[in-house]
Amino acid sequence: MESSKENLAVELQGVFKKYGDFVALKKIDLEIKDNEFFTLLGPSGCGKTTLLRVIAGFEEISEGTILLKGERIGDLPPNKRPINTVFQHYALFPHMTVEANVAFGMKMLGMSKAEVADRSRKMLEMVKLGDFAGRRPNQLSGGQQQRVALARAMAPGPQVLLLDEPLSALDLKLRHAMRVELKQLQMETGITFVFVTHDQEEALTMSDRIGVMDHGILQQVGTPHEIYEKPVNRFVADFIGETNIFDATISHVGDANCVCVLRNGSSVGCEAGSNPQVGAKCHLSIRPEGLEMSRANDEPRSLGGRVEQVVYLGTDTQYLIRIPSGELVTVRCQNTIADGVNYSTGDEVALKPRDGAARLLVD
Amino acid sequence: MAGIGGKSGESASSAFAPIRAWLIAPTWLMIGFFLVVPVGTMLVYSFLTKEFRGGVIWEFSLAAYDRFIFDRGLFGDEPPKLELTYITIFARSIVQAAIATALCLIIGFPTAFYIATRPVSTRAIWLFLVTVPYWVNLLVRTVSMKFLVRESGPLNTFLQWTGVISEPLQIINTDFAVQLGLFYSYLPFMVLPIYASVERYDFALSEAAADLYAGKWTILRKVLLPTVKPGIIAGCILVFVPSLGAFLAPDLLGGAKNFMIGSLIEEQFKGNAGNWPFGAAASMILLSMVLIVLLFYARRQSVRAGA
Repeated sequence: MESSKENLAVELQGVFKKYGDFVALKKIDLEIKDNEFFTLLGPSGCGKTTLLRVIAGFEEISEGTILLKGERIGDLPPNKRPINTVFQHYALFPHMTVEANVAFGMKMLGMSKAEVADRSRKMLEMVKLGDFAGRRPNQLSGGQQQRVALARAMAPGPQVLLLDEPLSALDLKLRHAMRVELKQLQMETGITFVFVTHDQEEALTMSDRIGVMDHGILQQVGTPHEIYEKPVNRFVADFIGETNIFDATISHVGDANCVCVLRNGSSVGCEAGSNPQVGAKCHLSIRPEGLEMSRANDEPRSLGGRVEQVVYLGTDTQYLIRIPSGELVTVRCQNTIADGVNYSTGDEVALKPRDGAARLLVD
Repeated sequence: MAGIGGKSGESASSAFAPIRAWLIAPTWLMIGFFLVVPVGTMLVYSFLTKEFRGGVIWEFSLAAYDRFIFDRGLFGDEPPKLELTYITIFARSIVQAAIATALCLIIGFPTAFYIATRPVSTRAIWLFLVTVPYWVNLLVRTVSMKFLVRESGPLNTFLQWTGVISEPLQIINTDFAVQLGLFYSYLPFMVLPIYASVERYDFALSEAAADLYAGKWTILRKVLLPTVKPGIIAGCILVFVPSLGAFLAPDLLGGAKNFMIGSLIEEQFKGNAGNWPFGAAASMILLSMVLIVLLFYARRQSVRAGA
């Protein structure tokens, strides 16, 4: 075993999952590090929940290998895997008290009564539900149930904690509060978290690394910064945050950079992706905040357009600009007191990407 | 969409508010007339004096209850001894009904579980099949069971033909025949409520238990069964209570030795030989027993829910 693999919690090698003819997971290769907050992000039906269930053991894989701390666990049933799950709708046992729910896993592992009682109490205090031990799940609010589910899953001391869209059933304010709490819990306990969500904001704010999935394929794995700033393909660029996608042609290839020409003839420099070819068609992604806007001028190679809509967002103002090709481009400018430049509907403007804002997409 | 639907539903139900009280009226009338009046009549009759050709004389008497418990000799002039005949019949009825209920549970639970875990589209077909026997009258079904299990009936003939047995089995006129008859009569009453509760069971709970290191049997014992328990108890009550008072199956399949409460009561009201007050008293005793058991159960449930 390579030394670099020693600190891997979960390792998936060539994992396929088929339901009849439908392929839910296509050759997933993934390494999740120990003590990491890893998020699987993607639209519904992308296979992220299936991947989570595969790790938990609820779904058998059609092909591939699953390793937990270097041990093969692909053939073990869920009750033999030292992995616990926080379910989307919590799945708390309705006929048991909160304390009995939390104690369940530890009892099954054969811990002593005293230890179970002691640890249950500690776990409930950790999630700030010390006074609720004797309640039934249906006497708790959604947020409290969520915390019981967390305590229950963490109580047996799993090597990996799986969380299946655990915040999706909560209201917005609670969701934001729980993000912070979850992240804190993860850092305090040092347990590896594998978190599934379709909410990109959730993914960006909590994760150490994110795996973006679509159509059963891991499209990109990286830190939130990498995923947002350097999306590898059109799907990732589009799915994470807002972006403008431009058709372009590669006109010049340098060592680390290349130049692309947009359809209106303006050229944009960007970091060279993998193996760019002069003359090849490509897509450029430029985030709304990556575009600089100025009054229309005669500078020949800038991208011109007309302001079609102005949306005031508090800290920012968002402009929708109709460019000559007919497409709408979104531009976001910070509302600083200093510059005080305002554009209104109908104004002719020129757009220019900021340095390094354009991203070449490989697809 | 959901919000709009909910609102319109609310306003629709409030539009019905003025007549809502009347919606339940037919049921109240039916129950009031066809349940309370007969039971009240029975209660009154049980304290009257018997008339020799059937019927009652309007004269207060405790003779019916006395006869149930005490033996005062042929002419009623001996010192009272405890009368065991009727108590034995009651005890036997309880045992028979309990065994029939257990049979229904053992067969009914897996059936209900199977149906509840089929795809939604096929469940209706399975439920339909469960109720098909009910298209045939209970008397006809019980009589045909008598023919099936009698000494020279198809069951014995088949078993002898296969060589499993050499002599015909004595099934008819045994306790077992009665249990079989009751089981067959009331099985759907067990299957349907259990189906309803298993259908509502969230199988994520089983996954959660497996995730928390529970094996299959532990999941069944500690999670599934406790969660669907209300359905199981409802099924048991729905089978046990009618089994206790049944008279068709014991009469037709059990023969004279296996007299049950239902037959005892029926006999008191048949022809000229009956004793109406005694039949009424036996009915009241049966009714009180059932009510006591149900009240005890309801009490325990409400204590639980309150805790």
